[in-house]
Amino acid sequence: MKYSLAAFASGLIFGLGLILSGMANPEKVLGFLDLAGLWDPSLAFVMGGAILVGLVAFGLARKRTLSFLGFDMKLPTSSRIDKRLMGGSLLFGVGWGIAGFCPGPGLVALGAGEQKAAVFVAAMLAGMAIYEWIERRRPST
Amino acid sequence: MVDIAWNEFTPWASLAGGILIGLAAGSFILLNGRIAGISGILGGLLAPTPGDTGWRVSFIAGLVGAPLLWLLAADVPVIEVEAGYPALIIAGLLVGIGTRYGSGCTSGHGVCGLSRLSPRSLAATVTFMAAGFATVFLIRHVIGV
Repeated sequence: MKYSLAAFASGLIFGLGLILSGMANPEKVLGFLDLAGLWDPSLAFVMGGAILVGLVAFGLARKRTLSFLGFDMKLPTSSRIDKRLMGGSLLFGVGWGIAGFCPGPGLVALGAGEQKAAVFVAAMLAGMAIYEWIERRRPST
Repeated sequence: MVDIAWNEFTPWASLAGGILIGLAAGSFILLNGRIAGISGILGGLLAPTPGDTGWRVSFIAGLVGAPLLWLLAADVPVIEVEAGYPALIIAGLLVGIGTRYGSGCTSGHGVCGLSRLSPRSLAATVTFMAAGFATVFLIRHVIGV
């Protein structure tokens, strides 16, 4: 219960941050990705602000074995830079550039009642389901 | 040289929004001990394991509910989606498959991973950013849509 409540609060604050930063609007994201047009550097400031706070939080988190609510710390352990990571990130970047939506802003825009965001999120879920389907058919290694 | 879109540029709001995002990711790792990676949180719901779905649904509900809370105080800023429906479907599929194979998106790799100084996340972030820049260049300046 405590766990889900904290998750809800984090999601809510994350979403408010996306709205305030302007990143819930794909046109603004595309303005950043369009270096050859009139360039809107705003996204860099979003990342900068988030990482500034993140550096402190994750620096603190690294020294702990339990979270402040007493849960196990689940920090990623993989450090492999492989074909899956690079290929997946490449596909993601192309999709991001086509519509200007990444997962968070897509969900926030959906919450704002944007019909096109609903289509994007539905297709994104289908893509994730395709991944699960492929991975389940693959012999495990 | 790059021409800055001064009329669109929102340094302070974007910095403040970024700080909020950092606080959200920071509170999630410090309270729940987890990475606030949105594609991973959402994707985990498609292969559910018992006892591991409630918090995922809660996080997503917070994210989707944010505009409703915002509405209590002010109008939600305008959301312009230039892409048509076929493009949105292709984009969604690519983002869905890509973020799962790449184990993360702008939040998990971009915000949390870079904050952790993870070389793996840096590699992912540089890759999806480069792909994003290249795609927009192709669409807007080569194909000319």
